[in-house]
Amino acid sequence: MAASPDSNLAVHSTIGEKYKYGFVTDIEADTAPKGLGEDTIRFISAKKDEPRWLLDWRLRAYRAWLGMEEPDWARVGYPKIDYQDAYYYSAPKKKSAPGSLDEIDPEILKTYEKLGIPLGEQQRLAGIAVDAVFDSVSVATTFRKTLEDAGVIFCPMSDAVRDHPELVQRYLGTVVPYTDNFFATLNSAVFTDGSFAYIPPGVRCPMELSTYFRINAAQTGQFERTLIIADKGSYVSYLEGCTAPMRDENQLHAAVVELVALDDAEIKYSTVQNWYPGDENGRGGIYNFVTKRGACRGRNSTISWTQVETGSAITWKYPSCILQGENSVGKFFSIAIVNNRQQADTGTKMIHIGKNTRSTIVSKGISAGRAQNTYRGLVRVQPGASGARNHTQCDSLLIGDRCGAHTVPYIESRNRTARIEHEATTSKIGEDQLFYCRQRGLSVEDSVSLIVNGFCREVLQQLPMEFAVEAQKLVGISLEGSVG
Amino acid sequence: MTATAAIRHKPFPYVERFAALAASLPGAGHPNVVALRQAAAEQARRAGLPTQRVEPWKYTSLNRLLETDFEPASSAARPAANDAAGWTVPGSYRLVFVNGRLAGGRSAAGLPDGVTLTTLADALARGDDDWATGAASSGHPFVALNTAFLTDGLVLRVARGVKVAQPIHLLFLGSGEAGASAIHTRLVIRLEPGAGIDVIERHAASGAGVYWSNPVCDIRLSEGARLGHAKFIDEGAEAMHIAVTGVEVAADAAYDSFVLTTGGALARNEIRVTLDGERAGCRLDGLYLGRDRQHIDNTTETIHAQPMTTSTETYKGVLEGKARAVFQGRIVVRPDAQKSDGRQLNKTLLLSDRAEIDTKPELEIHADDVKCSHGAAIGEIDADALFYLRARGIGAEEGTRMLVEAFAAELIDGIADKSVASLARGRLAAWLAGSAPGGTA
Amino acid sequence: MLQIKNLHASVGGKAILNGLDLTLPKGEVHAIMGPNGSGKSTLAFLLAGREGYEVTAGGVTYEGRDLLAMAPEERAREGLFLAFQYPIEIPGVPTASFLKTAVNAVRKARGLPQYDAVEFLKILKAKRDFLGIGDDMLRRALNVGFSGGEKKRAEVLQMLLLEPRLAVLDETDSGLDIDALRIVAEGINALRSPDRAILLITHYQRLLDYVVPDRVHVLTGGRIERSGGKELAQELERQGYVGTAA
Repeated sequence: MAASPDSNLAVHSTIGEKYKYGFVTDIEADTAPKGLGEDTIRFISAKKDEPRWLLDWRLRAYRAWLGMEEPDWARVGYPKIDYQDAYYYSAPKKKSAPGSLDEIDPEILKTYEKLGIPLGEQQRLAGIAVDAVFDSVSVATTFRKTLEDAGVIFCPMSDAVRDHPELVQRYLGTVVPYTDNFFATLNSAVFTDGSFAYIPPGVRCPMELSTYFRINAAQTGQFERTLIIADKGSYVSYLEGCTAPMRDENQLHAAVVELVALDDAEIKYSTVQNWYPGDENGRGGIYNFVTKRGACRGRNSTISWTQVETGSAITWKYPSCILQGENSVGKFFSIAIVNNRQQADTGTKMIHIGKNTRSTIVSKGISAGRAQNTYRGLVRVQPGASGARNHTQCDSLLIGDRCGAHTVPYIESRNRTARIEHEATTSKIGEDQLFYCRQRGLSVEDSVSLIVNGFCREVLQQLPMEFAVEAQKLVGISLEGSVG
Repeated sequence: MTATAAIRHKPFPYVERFAALAASLPGAGHPNVVALRQAAAEQARRAGLPTQRVEPWKYTSLNRLLETDFEPASSAARPAANDAAGWTVPGSYRLVFVNGRLAGGRSAAGLPDGVTLTTLADALARGDDDWATGAASSGHPFVALNTAFLTDGLVLRVARGVKVAQPIHLLFLGSGEAGASAIHTRLVIRLEPGAGIDVIERHAASGAGVYWSNPVCDIRLSEGARLGHAKFIDEGAEAMHIAVTGVEVAADAAYDSFVLTTGGALARNEIRVTLDGERAGCRLDGLYLGRDRQHIDNTTETIHAQPMTTSTETYKGVLEGKARAVFQGRIVVRPDAQKSDGRQLNKTLLLSDRAEIDTKPELEIHADDVKCSHGAAIGEIDADALFYLRARGIGAEEGTRMLVEAFAAELIDGIADKSVASLARGRLAAWLAGSAPGGTA
Repeated sequence: MLQIKNLHASVGGKAILNGLDLTLPKGEVHAIMGPNGSGKSTLAFLLAGREGYEVTAGGVTYEGRDLLAMAPEERAREGLFLAFQYPIEIPGVPTASFLKTAVNAVRKARGLPQYDAVEFLKILKAKRDFLGIGDDMLRRALNVGFSGGEKKRAEVLQMLLLEPRLAVLDETDSGLDIDALRIVAEGINALRSPDRAILLITHYQRLLDYVVPDRVHVLTGGRIERSGGKELAQELERQGYVGTAA
């Protein structure tokens, strides 16, 4: 546990002590001129040597975006974003396309090592293939060869556009159309990179796939786009991690993730989101406005989202499942922790279209400091979804009397045979529980961490081992200084 | 209007009738009343009607209202002799309003000292305006419409410490036989400290046709007061009922509400309760039974504004045909309202393939030492239970009816007031027997 | 080891302890008996450092230190253990992992090496078999859904693992059947040593048949009314608390 058992009640003076990923990497970057316009989009597309159809798609998205309004229904507040006052493309300078690790700036390799994600051949994380996205571009993907042998494609999105255009063209924008919402549409216009994965029929992906996102450059938005396709009868577990330097300014992260599961396929998508949350007064931090959606297109397909949201100044995301295939299953397991001045408005959408579709939602929200935490979720059962089932459990835990915990479920049923159950509770951390732990020798902070981890257990259990350990630590660190 | 504003609100042509009508409305001789009405009409005109882009109206469309050419209800209508038959509350004090005006006598005989009943027509005629300063949110477009067009209603006051055994029974009848009519009534209830009374409010049709009932209910309970408020929405098959009830509950006071909705093509009942003193409490229960193409919307908001306040809420519904119901229930705990306790449950049975329920329970919590929960469940009749009944020789239809009755009766059994419980059982039985929703009483 | 002098304490303005004096030397087992509402649980919580009690006069020293100035976890690390009358449920935290966390926190404070998972399981196994605690119980969330007897046994298990210098057992015998009582008593006896002191808080003398105390104190009205040898417990059993008032 990062908090030493001896640490006393003293409130940490700045969150900076806790946010250990807040450093900046000094590298030379290739950056598009500031501002957003068709020229910016042409610049990005040209940089990436994209085919015409993709440029056209981006431009259509951009034109649609111009006519859209920023959503205001979430319970989050922030000053108006000036979309012209940001850079939309920043990539580490390189001599040529990185064919091997030798061509990557050693500073970047060091960065990922510091983050605990070594990319070098020798120290690679066992059993996990990593795609490292640094600012706007993917800088390295490990284990590509091993995966290729299994028939799995795992590469940066820009490579996929070049090497597997037919797959990209067939699936890109089919789950999250370029007109979907303000931020997703913006992403469609300016997305720079991200990860692409395709698991062929019947293949159980031999290792966990993982993308590690890092924002480094200042005044730069990050707009990555991830597309994962699990073909018939395949299985993949995908992990996503995110960090950013501590900066006084707010930075926009507007990503899009699309998942497609065909017959009998399963995708497990896990996120540990630890973008820089801003300081204790709410200065700086990432605006994490993300659209994630999975389509269970095939019969008996499964998509499960697991998220541990501890970072970002503002989180606005609703990883969703469109349950089209008969007997398909959607799952959403979430932990959202907000402290200081953080705001989170997060949840899911489960759209039941096919017969006998099932969904499970488990949401654990923890609020501390002056933070605001909202669960917002939609469960919709369409008339054709006979036998649909949903169970939702939303629990909120409040630490301190200046924070807020809100639950806003929308439940819409248009099928007689569907059964939907929703439960929500709100409670505070029990003084008796704290005292009991302390009587057994635990410090206040360790007691809080232990009790909160217990509160979150159902969700933590969904994470792959390596992530679960990391996530448990994060839970403790995020709440440091919240009691005492 | 900006583009965004335009899709959130639509102009409501009916408001324009105010100018021509103003001089004939009760209280027209009093500048204070006139000013109040004018301001409200202006507010209503500016606000228009909310579209489904406005969050509280997400699931309920007001297009039907917008598209109907309403006349303010004519005062000529009189209740038919049988209007009140079959709907009596033994021992109650009863007032009947037809198309927004008091019909029949209003003697206070039999009411204990300390109970004051004033019709709003009388209050307006003598220039009173204190009826307009209450808990019903003034920013609400339907409250503004009501204030502008109000014709009659009741101001009920109960003096300090007076506990009234006799329920007050209000029957609001509407009809649209002479063309679509709009009915604007208001019920104002003021209980002084320690006072207690039960009010039964029923809305039904006295004839066929389209009418729009726009009742506002404004309740203020002082310290330690208790109000039992039962409301029966049995409007006619083509009627629209859009009601707003605002309640302020002071320390140690209790508001106990039961709403049974069976009637109306469109029925929206909004209740907003502010628990504004320590240990103030409320109980909001409701039953909605919908069929055909009915749209029934129950929207409630309970604000825990002070410490140690409690609220419980249970709404249950049964839907068949193409009926659609909406339940929106929000519990708010304000900062410093510590040790508050809020519980809410919404359950709906869908009996047909075309019925729909949209439910949105909501918690908004700004204090940590509280216990709040909500639950929602949607499903069909329990197949095992039905099978069990059938295995005992009970037909499927009869078995379904038994199970629906049991589902609904659970809530009715919790009603303390015997006369209210008995009325509710009667309505439930009539609904189960398939009688037309609302209709003549 | 423990010295309580003229202790006055109140809860929410209501006086509960009214001049309590008690000296508990190393190596001894003392029992505090008293009727309901005499202040027994208040004393236990006060010693362990629970919030919500106001000490209006007097004080407590533990191994020469001012006990009341120490944080609850500090007391625990210095060897004070309270077996709760009503152990607290902590959902989602498996009992075994809680035990390991607590033991390591205390060991670290005492400058002892931390146990890794394998070592800890070995130690755990030896102690829990003796109390008849199965794997199943250790996997379940701490005290959640435990029966009354299971909760008490789990408390004794924690006590044995944490090896306290001063153990305060608050009504650990209540709600136990005779077999469970015997097991719990064996656990307590196993802890007896010349370096340790044990304070048994109980309403009935039946535990004292199994854990024989060196001294028995009668607590009534927030102070020690009488003290004596183990025979005092039997007298109380015969005559009740009313008859014993001096």
